[in-house]
Amino acid sequence: MATLTYLNNGHGLASWLLTKDHKRIALLYLVSITAFFVVGGLFAMLVRLELLTPTGDLLAAETYNKMFTMHGVVMVFFFLIPSIPAVLGNFLIPIMIGAKDLAFPRINLLSWYIYILGGMFTLVAALNGGVDTGWTFYTPYSTAAANSHVITAALGVFITGFSSILTGLNFIVTIHRMRAPGMTWFRLPLFVWSHYATSLIMILGTPVVAITVLMVAAERTLHLGLFDPALGGDPVLFQHLFWFYSHPAVYIMILPAMGVISEIVQAFARKNIFGYSFVAFSSLAIAVIGFLVWGHHLFVAGQSVYAGLIFSFLSFLVAIPSAIKVFNWTATIYKGSVSLDSPMLYAFGFLGLFTIGGLTGLFLATMGLDIHVHDTYFVVAHFHYIMVGGAIMGYLGGLHYWWPKISGKRYSEPWAKFSALIVFVGFNLTFFPQFVAGYLGMPRRYHAYPPEFQVWNVASTLGASILAVGYLIPIIYFGYSLVAGEKSANDPWGARGLEWEIPSPPPTENFTVTPVVTEGTHQYVRPTQEVGVA
Amino acid sequence: MFTNFPFFPQQASVQAGQVDAVYFFLVAVTAFFSLLIASLIVAFAIKYRRRDDSEVGAAIHGSLALEMLWSIIPLGIVMVMFVWGAKVFFDLYRPPAGAMEVFVVGKQWMWKIQHADGNREINELHVPVGRPVKLIMGSEDVIHSFFIPAFRVKADVIPGRYNVLWFEATTPGTYHLFCAEYCGTKHSGMVGSIVAMEPADFQAWLGGGGASESPVAAGQRLFTDLACNTCHIETQQGRGPMLTNLFGGKVLLQNGATVVADEVYIRESIVNPQAKIVAGFQPIMPTFQGLVTEEQLLQLIAYVRSLTRASREGAAGTSQ
Amino acid sequence: MPDFDAEHFPGPIHRPPLVANVDAIQPGVHAEHPHHPKLQHHFDDMAQQTEASALGMWVFLVTEIMFFGGLFTAYLVYRSANPTGFQEASNHLDVIWGAINTVVLICSSLTMALAVRAAQTSAPPKVQVGWIAATMALGAAFLGVKVVEYTDKFTHNLVPGPDFVWEGQYTAAAEMFYSLYFAMTGLHALHMVIGLGIMAVIGFMAWRGQFDEDYYTPVEVSGLYWHFVDIVWIFLFPLLYLIGYHYGAH
Repeated sequence: MATLTYLNNGHGLASWLLTKDHKRIALLYLVSITAFFVVGGLFAMLVRLELLTPTGDLLAAETYNKMFTMHGVVMVFFFLIPSIPAVLGNFLIPIMIGAKDLAFPRINLLSWYIYILGGMFTLVAALNGGVDTGWTFYTPYSTAAANSHVITAALGVFITGFSSILTGLNFIVTIHRMRAPGMTWFRLPLFVWSHYATSLIMILGTPVVAITVLMVAAERTLHLGLFDPALGGDPVLFQHLFWFYSHPAVYIMILPAMGVISEIVQAFARKNIFGYSFVAFSSLAIAVIGFLVWGHHLFVAGQSVYAGLIFSFLSFLVAIPSAIKVFNWTATIYKGSVSLDSPMLYAFGFLGLFTIGGLTGLFLATMGLDIHVHDTYFVVAHFHYIMVGGAIMGYLGGLHYWWPKISGKRYSEPWAKFSALIVFVGFNLTFFPQFVAGYLGMPRRYHAYPPEFQVWNVASTLGASILAVGYLIPIIYFGYSLVAGEKSANDPWGARGLEWEIPSPPPTENFTVTPVVTEGTHQYVRPTQEVGVA
Repeated sequence: MFTNFPFFPQQASVQAGQVDAVYFFLVAVTAFFSLLIASLIVAFAIKYRRRDDSEVGAAIHGSLALEMLWSIIPLGIVMVMFVWGAKVFFDLYRPPAGAMEVFVVGKQWMWKIQHADGNREINELHVPVGRPVKLIMGSEDVIHSFFIPAFRVKADVIPGRYNVLWFEATTPGTYHLFCAEYCGTKHSGMVGSIVAMEPADFQAWLGGGGASESPVAAGQRLFTDLACNTCHIETQQGRGPMLTNLFGGKVLLQNGATVVADEVYIRESIVNPQAKIVAGFQPIMPTFQGLVTEEQLLQLIAYVRSLTRASREGAAGTSQ
Repeated sequence: MPDFDAEHFPGPIHRPPLVANVDAIQPGVHAEHPHHPKLQHHFDDMAQQTEASALGMWVFLVTEIMFFGGLFTAYLVYRSANPTGFQEASNHLDVIWGAINTVVLICSSLTMALAVRAAQTSAPPKVQVGWIAATMALGAAFLGVKVVEYTDKFTHNLVPGPDFVWEGQYTAAAEMFYSLYFAMTGLHALHMVIGLGIMAVIGFMAWRGQFDEDYYTPVEVSGLYWHFVDIVWIFLFPLLYLIGYHYGAH
């Protein structure tokens, strides 16, 4: 007799497409964001293949411009922003706080459909010929000069923004109102804290980019003069409005990964996080200060120098909570009982690469230096260190850590370690040369470039090919585990957390009776202590 | 590909050294902390590796002292970066007085350059070494960005306003000029060269043909051709404000506000005259939006500016 | 006891359990208990459900503030750049219609609050529906006035774009003003239309007798939405219609 889990509780397409179970919705998201990741990755491969040679000989200039634009739009809006919150957050947050589901299950499902609808708009834009404005849609190029499918793509982004807003709204209400008795704020897993901070950004920032892309679409169709200098508009106003969201958006992309790392480091060092409240509050600090730094994207745009000084200062300030986290994670490993299972390998990768990525951000916050590196490959390298070396490592680490809980199966650990290594090597080979090329002066979004940059580009493309392999292998062994993997116990890692107290995979209602919590989930103790003694 | 690949850009301007200094400081800090974290992780992973399956870690919760330490030290370091970076920015941002002026108009997908003596260039800019050069830049269409890696300078070129960039070349040579703000199909083709020459060679180049009308002279010609001089006459009694000695001074507007008459103000007054009406005058000036190109606007501005330094009769002074 | 993976972890790891009712949270017996028919099963009780719904609507309204905020920011920037031009453009809006709409919406917020009160006090469905219908009527009246105003703009060539004609002095500023006017009032009107849709659904539910003092959350949160849309208008009216009055001349 098969036990009833959320996976076999209801069969058929309708039971999945009309589900209200947060765990099933998480899997719907998992499938769709993986698909978008592959699409975004294909665009990246075309970009990198073109850049093997200095001349633009593979793609026409206009096609190349569409490739990097679509790569950015798909990766940012359809992969990075939803990834951890919509897959891992959706799956785990109710369980981690002792609830049966999120506060608004139907809105959760609606958020997935909105995401799919936005994705369809963007794919239609791509299939009809693409958009070539860069994912940043700067005016007046996007409103007046571009003759690609700006409106369709902008609407795709607009629609998907609501998916993000609804997810954030759901998380906030859930965390406030649905914690189990005894689950006080300071007993919450750090994964929940970081998703709470992320959700604050989602609800406050996303509406601004929504109205901004709507204004771009309106200007294109109705010839309003909001950003067109010929009609009295200010193109730099667009930049302010756009970056007011898009800077905090990068914190939407990294904070959830930081939450994953907190969980993994504790589990695989079998030790309390060092400095729990500092790590928890630093997530909130990043969310708040992150809203105040957007002007660092406008240092060379002719922004007031005094405004620039304030933005530069705050940009340095926002680095401090991230530094605090890195030190706390490292201190957690000290005197821990360290196991190098694949999730921990991804966490280590994150720690090193996020440190480099974060510190290279300081180069950009330094006003006098930003003049030189702004809009070069230095910036590209910086944000890929954070987004790929940081966020995607966090996502993969989390997928590996919670895979046994989500699927009830174990994946092949040797293959997982191997692909983690491939990802690490491939990643660094792809993006480190870009720091060099950037400081040398290679601008971004260049279809063709002077020959002296070629060696760095070749190295980068070679790295990208290796990285691609590293990303494909998990798809294979995760898939294989579903059909032929060994069954997992409730707690395959010996970790702490409400999610490890329930079966793998969990039943639909998570808990038949609301748990009464007595301890924080981050408490690990020595074996000499007796059971039952706090 | 492997025969000539630079690892570090050439330093060819006074600014380059300043920028590289702060860069090296940041590289050192980055390398230090990255290696520190990496080494600690590797060391801890080895030293504290799990030896027994039921082993757990030590019951350590945190340390306020350590939290303070690794908050305050990084804060101190980044404040150094902030102040240093701000100082370098101010130096790069403020052109010294007496800089040699050049007008730049960016358009999809080329750079149109005009020297003060009338020499025009496309995608190339000849400059003397050892002398500050100030570029006043406008765009005809979308946002571009003027970037000279060897000089470590960059400024966006934005339609509807002017941005200024300055540098002082130190070494003769030819250096890359890139457009650094995505501007459409041929963005990566909007490149050129900065040719820095010894002063004597530069003078020779200036004089050696290719010079046409200076911007001031062209502006004066446009001023007459477009009939500006019918309202803006040489006394205060015209239908429009007198322009002599206007540039650089304060202007009182109809609504009580005052503005400084700079390049941006002059440009706006030509393309959108209703935006700022001078006190005591009627809003009757027609707009010249679409009737003048960005280059012509710069020439008109150069002419109006020249009305400050020479009398209206005679001297068509080049701006120095 | 949590089921450890015996093959990989031969010994139990001694530590205090996270929860006091460890055995109970395993799959097993699900106790049946009487509850309100409207209680959704992922909530523990009606109080939690009601609080969650209310908090959810408040969070949503915060996002709406940020959404309108982008347009208000553009307004702020362009009005400070063109103060006189905006004043001149604003003078062509009909203050009377604007004032009527303001009164209409304030009254509709009153009828909305009374609808919530009616549900809260278990008033008969007819009464509840009456207040909701009154709210809808006032909302429709608001939209009717907007139709009149918009028609006037179309006929007087005040729609930004190639057909825009301005007889005053500050043409560029006027076109910018009207771009913002249409964007802001248009977005607001869209929210009103959605509000009418929500009211129709709530009205239907009230007519079916679904709301009483034990359960009236949908009315309450719909009321919050309606009040928000009203408040946005309270900002739009002076910013768009009353610029001239601010400067003392008209």
